Amino acid sequence: MPSGGAATLAGAPAAEAARPRRRRNYARRYAWFIVPAAVVVVAVIVFPWAFTLYVSAFDWRLGGERRWVGLANYAALFGDARFGWAMLRTLLYTALAVVFPLVLGLAAALAFHRRFPLRGLARAVFILPMMATPVAVALVWTMMFHPQLGVLNWLLTTAGLPPSMWVYSANTVIPTLVMVEVWHWTPLVMLLLLGGLAALPVDPYEAAKIDGATPWQAFRHVTLPLLMPFIVVALIIRTIDALKAFDTIYVITQGGPGSASETINIFLYLQAFAFYNMGYASAVVVVFFAIIMALAALLLWTRQRVKLA
Amino acid sequence: MRRLLERLGFGFAVLVLVSPAVLVFLWMLSLSLKTELDNTAWPPVFIPDPPTLDNYREVFARNDFLLYAWNSVVVSVSSTLLALAVGVPAGYGIAKMQAVRAAALILVARITPGLSYLIPLFLLFQWLELTGTLFPIVITHLVITVPIVVWVMISFFEGLPGELEEAALVDGATIWQAFRHVALPLARPGITVATILAFIFSWNNFVFAMVLAGRETRTLPVAVNNMLTFEQIAWGPLSAAALLVTLPVLLLTLLAQKQIVAGLTAGGVKGA
Repeated sequence: MPSGGAATLAGAPAAEAARPRRRRNYARRYAWFIVPAAVVVVAVIVFPWAFTLYVSAFDWRLGGERRWVGLANYAALFGDARFGWAMLRTLLYTALAVVFPLVLGLAAALAFHRRFPLRGLARAVFILPMMATPVAVALVWTMMFHPQLGVLNWLLTTAGLPPSMWVYSANTVIPTLVMVEVWHWTPLVMLLLLGGLAALPVDPYEAAKIDGATPWQAFRHVTLPLLMPFIVVALIIRTIDALKAFDTIYVITQGGPGSASETINIFLYLQAFAFYNMGYASAVVVVFFAIIMALAALLLWTRQRVKLA
Repeated sequence: MRRLLERLGFGFAVLVLVSPAVLVFLWMLSLSLKTELDNTAWPPVFIPDPPTLDNYREVFARNDFLLYAWNSVVVSVSSTLLALAVGVPAGYGIAKMQAVRAAALILVARITPGLSYLIPLFLLFQWLELTGTLFPIVITHLVITVPIVVWVMISFFEGLPGELEEAALVDGATIWQAFRHVALPLARPGITVATILAFIFSWNNFVFAMVLAGRETRTLPVAVNNMLTFEQIAWGPLSAAALLVTLPVLLLTLLAQKQIVAGLTAGGVKGA
């Protein structure tokens, strides 16, 4: 598997330079290979997108009325303070859940890039959190966060620190959930950057060594700039995943206490499957989708710039 | 001397990096092997003494746990197999045609939050009166497995040299034969990667089954989450159940580390 593969993520893998015309006609014969998958993708992916857009124009209650309201759901959404707060919370959560995994993941990638005994095993253990079933992991964290009986407060008090309320207080719930997210997804950042490190050329390092650069200087002026495209890819993936975070938040807090950890995804879930307000929830989906697409486009654009620079 | 210190320092750094992962799973194991009394003791009891399997017995004694495990197996296996059936040829076709737009569509599908597919599919399955069977759960899991398989296979087929297939075509093979007898055998490592990742992310998925499953059709993550809701402080059985749910995935990760790493770095794919 080419280790430079991570870079292909953003610029679709098939994106080669334009081919001569004859080659294209020849290529068209392969269309039949795509047909079965295309049918499935249209049925379970494209149809839901279109149907969501349609439902969002209705006052659509499950088992109740269904009334065409045009853009009224969207208008209501922009006046809904609860949605506004959910949006702000999501942005805060995302910012924290991107920065920490990137920094820690870079440090981990640099460590795993060196050779050391038992490296394979250590790396396998390091990526366990991201592969583990999120619900199972969230349950263990929930038990560890227990204010009276949880092991984390025992650790804090043993270290001479005041105990925390963790997810049971509105002030600490977001940082605590971010901590779980960092634990969960730093390994993915590490893997993406490790792939990047493996693909870096050796020559600049030798040149830096000859010039008498310290390890820090070599990192700062050689590794970091060369690794930048990979860091941007990791940043894109992490941002999108953090925006979409649902499982651990839902299992641990269900958006609580009160609505202190209600992100857009939780808000959306509650509107659809607790209040059965399908039209309104669909409008949330459309707005959320637009935000994610805009962010992805922005980040891809940044990536192009970084590549050119 | 300085070398030695440096090595020790580096070893310590690696230990610090790995320990959060190790400690959480060890704590899970510890909770699952202790009595309720030890689990709620203060200061906490770290090493079960004596360890007990009672929590596991309790989990299995409810025979619905086995039913939910069976549901999970059926859902993950069938959604993975279906995804392979349509996704491997599609990956091949997209790689051959260099179909940038098709690849971009798959990417967008991967970016979209899983929840956003749920409202329309939920309404559809209600209208078709299919809720309460495993069918809707398998179908919705295709939202996760198909993009993973297609994405991994595109990058894999692009990495294969085309000469062998071209030779087969020159010898008069049809493009289907060239795919079936030349490209497919070569692609076996890629198919392994796609299978492992699709299976794991389908197995781990929570939200689709939570919304679509009835009492009889829950998958394991949903069943375990329900245990939390109804038995606040039964930590032992809860941890035992949680560990049982995630154990297949953890073992698979340790055994197939290389494939998983290759697949994840190739496309940055992850479940919806």
